[in-house]
Amino acid sequence: MIHIDISKNLHGTQGAMVLEMKVNIETGSFVALSGSSGSGKTTFLRILAGLEKAEGRIKVDDEVWLDAKTIKPTQQREIGFVFQEYALFPNMTVEEHLLFVQKDKKLAKELLEITQLTSLAKRLPSTLSGGQQQRVNLCRAMMRRPKLLLMDEPLSALDVKMRMKLQNEILSLHKLFNTTTIMVSHDPSEIYHMAKRVIVLDAGKVIDDGNPKDVLLKTSGSAKFAFEGELIDIIQVDIIYIAIIAIGQQLTEIVVSHDEIQNLTIGQKVSISTKAFSPLLKSFNR
Amino acid sequence: MIETLQNLDFLPFILSFKLALLTTVILFIISLPLAWYLSQMQSKYKPFFESITALPLVLPPSVLGFYILVMLSTNSPIGGFFEDVFDIKLIFNFTGLVVASCIYSLPFMVQPLQGGFESLPKNILEASYIAGKGTVETIFRVALPNIKPALLTALIITFAHTVGEFGVILMVGGSIPGETKVASVAIYEMVEIMDYTAAHIYSGIMVFMSFSVLLIVYIFNAKQAKRIGIFHS
Repeated sequence: MIHIDISKNLHGTQGAMVLEMKVNIETGSFVALSGSSGSGKTTFLRILAGLEKAEGRIKVDDEVWLDAKTIKPTQQREIGFVFQEYALFPNMTVEEHLLFVQKDKKLAKELLEITQLTSLAKRLPSTLSGGQQQRVNLCRAMMRRPKLLLMDEPLSALDVKMRMKLQNEILSLHKLFNTTTIMVSHDPSEIYHMAKRVIVLDAGKVIDDGNPKDVLLKTSGSAKFAFEGELIDIIQVDIIYIAIIAIGQQLTEIVVSHDEIQNLTIGQKVSISTKAFSPLLKSFNR
Repeated sequence: MIETLQNLDFLPFILSFKLALLTTVILFIISLPLAWYLSQMQSKYKPFFESITALPLVLPPSVLGFYILVMLSTNSPIGGFFEDVFDIKLIFNFTGLVVASCIYSLPFMVQPLQGGFESLPKNILEASYIAGKGTVETIFRVALPNIKPALLTALIITFAHTVGEFGVILMVGGSIPGETKVASVAIYEMVEIMDYTAAHIYSGIMVFMSFSVLLIVYIFNAKQAKRIGIFHS
């Protein structure tokens, strides 16, 4: 069990705020950390890694990592950290990255096999694709057999196909090593697919904490499905109004009545849902 | 011509290179921790320390030479200490030149190294700490191998700058043949006695060597940039 109870004053993009986190994380669990940018997610990971100072307590099993008297140095915390921008050493080959952490050739070989990097073992990072670099980053983090694996938006720079592939590789590594994992992610499908629990942060505070299905599904009551989007524009067409709503990367039009637009302001978050409706789900090839 | 060459005294060149080599080695050992410390420093006093290390760049060599002379003379506490305890004199001999050169060339070693360290993305150093490595191991296995162009620049420029040193040497060492009469001082004396042939040969050698050294640095740096890519911070 990891007990975390920390606070830190931050000067973020939205001015000063206090990051306050009081959470317990079960050993071997896979937790996603979500929330808007500037909400303190990365800082939280960096505090756990000992890369930034904070007030409070962090206790991992029976080891105190942080309290009023102790700050355990980063080097002595058994952690793995997967950086968003890979952070590979330009002078080392793939294999050297792993052996730099620990001279354990057997483990290195195993990790390279799981992540299909064996044939690239002698290559330098500058010759690898983004997906391959992120795999090296992941393997390097696992070389310490960490007690806690921290991942800061590990897949956000990759395309959809590569993301799916790496999600599965991360999951198989997670199962194999049973490493307690905290992953920052913005992608609901990724969170749903990978995590057993999601913690949502806003302005430094936990605003939601639970299993991904409960937290992420936006339907309520008898609604059959629902999307959350942003109201971009309202256009009057004869006697009706058309609301333009952005859902993810897509725009859609919804007919709204004169009464309904009284409660709407352009730029606000809205949810679109429907009931008594049987949607068709078609696969499409890309 | 050939006769002139045969009669030429190459001892000043040998002295210059001996001095430059020693200075480069000593300064590298001193500057490595200093440059690292400055690059990682976040204190508001950083500009103060940076100004001190850069001072030899802007001070007239005569001013610097004068202070070094005062500091190292047997009448001063430092010079007196070395004389009494180690029986070493620090002025008007080769040892004194080494000390003076180390002070004079300090920024040429510190600044490229510091710049190199600062150009490294912070997260690759953090990745090394997370891998359980301490500062020393991180410097030698992660930081230095990834700033090879800056490292080479620091070493070569320090060496070349020491070879080209004149004012400070004249102040601290004078012109004792075989002891403190280095190439640049020798050229000055040749011009003074109007021996232009020898001055031409000496100066030509200096120009040729300086150019070759710079050419090697630039060729190497271009190759490195191609091989591992250059950081953009």
